[in-house]
Amino acid sequence: MSLTSAHSVVAPSATSKRVAGTIIVLYALISIVPLLWIFATSFKTPPDSIAYPPKILFQPSLEGYCNLFSTRTRQTPEYINSLGPATGVCDETVRKRNMVIAGPSNFMPRFVNSLIIAFGSTFCAVFLGTLSAYGFSRFKVPLADDLLFFILSTRMMPPIAVAIPIYLMYRELGLSDTALGMILLYTAVNVSLAVWLLKGFIDEIPREYEEAAMIDGYTRLQAFWRTVLPQATTGIAATAIFCLIFAWNEYAFAALLTSGTAQTAPPFIPTIIGEGGQDWPAVAAGTTIFLVPILVFTILLRKQLLRGITFGAVRK
Amino acid sequence: MLNRTADSVARATPEPLARKVRGISDKGLAWLFISPTILLLLAINIFPLFWAIYLSFTNYRANRPNEVVRNVGLANYKRILGDQDIWIAMQTTAHFVFWTILLQTLIGFTLAWLIDRKFRGHAFWTTIILVPMMLSPAVVGNFWRFLYEPQIGLFAYAISFVTGIPATQIGMLSNVSLAPWSIVIVDTWMWTPYVMLICLAGLRSIPEYIYEAAEVDRASNWRQFWSITLPMALPFIMLAVLFRGIENFKMFDMVNLLTGGGPGSTTEVASITLKRQAFESWRTGYSSAFAIILFVAVFGLANIYVKALNKVKQR
Repeated sequence: MSLTSAHSVVAPSATSKRVAGTIIVLYALISIVPLLWIFATSFKTPPDSIAYPPKILFQPSLEGYCNLFSTRTRQTPEYINSLGPATGVCDETVRKRNMVIAGPSNFMPRFVNSLIIAFGSTFCAVFLGTLSAYGFSRFKVPLADDLLFFILSTRMMPPIAVAIPIYLMYRELGLSDTALGMILLYTAVNVSLAVWLLKGFIDEIPREYEEAAMIDGYTRLQAFWRTVLPQATTGIAATAIFCLIFAWNEYAFAALLTSGTAQTAPPFIPTIIGEGGQDWPAVAAGTTIFLVPILVFTILLRKQLLRGITFGAVRK
Repeated sequence: MLNRTADSVARATPEPLARKVRGISDKGLAWLFISPTILLLLAINIFPLFWAIYLSFTNYRANRPNEVVRNVGLANYKRILGDQDIWIAMQTTAHFVFWTILLQTLIGFTLAWLIDRKFRGHAFWTTIILVPMMLSPAVVGNFWRFLYEPQIGLFAYAISFVTGIPATQIGMLSNVSLAPWSIVIVDTWMWTPYVMLICLAGLRSIPEYIYEAAEVDRASNWRQFWSITLPMALPFIMLAVLFRGIENFKMFDMVNLLTGGGPGSTTEVASITLKRQAFESWRTGYSSAFAIILFVAVFGLANIYVKALNKVKQR
């Protein structure tokens, strides 16, 4: 790097750096406020959450989380007094509002559905995607460009437009409101992303590795398994996280094609209501729990983010 | 000497034969690897698409499966093109797509341009800025509904704090003239980071020596920006616009939870109209025709745009 001195000619001045830094930090802080607000709301009591002016300082409470995980019934104070001592934080919080916990809410099952469907579809999409990407990357496939464009074009359809015939098809096949149906659908949506991303990653692995392995007596399949796959691990992991995020966040198909047993968290969270309107602390609690995995993934992925969101078109 | 002999022998062995002996031929393997994906897409995407095309020529209603299905020819398409509501929905969509893309490109490019100064801690703050675009649009739409509440919402409170207008009068979701902007604001908040990230890649792809040469020629900063930075980052900006354009043309989840198309139909973008026709009025044939029209529109626009993009790249 003996050229560093030459670079200093065009390097931004200290003042311009400071100004740029200030603006960026301000933007980042303002844009993160809505998220911090939701996080704060999840620890408010329902009256605090709808106070005017909005409360920035408040007594933290677990009521939102309690309400998220339970269903409650209203009781007379006499009845509540006749019960034994409260068995835990939630019990106590709820009793202050003249209510008793009636049972678990639907949040846990919906959350578990989200996990099953997201992981199931991600596994299938990455599995199929890796095979196809390898095929497109290493072999002369007739009409390869057309096939790749076809694979990408399935992503351009508006989800509602796809949902109409899928709804009818699933009704005929008995796949409506089943985890299997949703896994199949999300696999089909994600496989286009998986093929495009993974083709980019596999293209970057030199062919010489497999050729050397094949000269050593490996078959093509063995060479794929023992040399290409280990080299592509980072790419496969990044692709898997992108598929996972899509399936985790998806709403349109889930809202139209599931209603009960296979419903995922995104269509469920907005339906959480308390007495007299939406129970905002419970909604905020559900939102917080739902978003935490995504925040973790975003931090893990930040180096591959650009590639993922452009279907591999921009690689840096 | 021995090495050279082995080498020439290896070269003389016909490649395909050598591979066939070891198992499946490459051609067979290629199809074995690719066909599962193609079959899945045919079953879940293409077959339903053809079914939708068929339905678009009928009067089928999904909530009355036992009724006789009549072929109505092009009647559905004719009705859509003459339907006032559809045209209003298309205008709403155009308003949404135009303003979100304009704002996101301007803000996103500016942010990228500033981050490219590589001030201290830029990587950390970039990651913070990127967070909104990773979230579930449906969940985002739902919690912005809370922020927009006129009395209790943080957004209304902040605006009234700055402008002095009483917070009760800032009904972003209930006011007919404000509602279309409410969805533009949320989408811009959420997706500006996306445009920023792509623009940043564009700015970083510009080789340093071009600036050095400009510096030697004593080109002003202003001149450098217009004749180097912007033109060289343009293909990236266009790529971001393409992706955002397609996504926002299809926009459903965020708007559905934020406004549900209301008040009235002021924020009813095309996908919401489609949902109302297909899953509330159950006009399956009619809505299939509308779905096909939307799909052709997205596909056509994307194709034209990709051609333009390639031209820019070749320049």
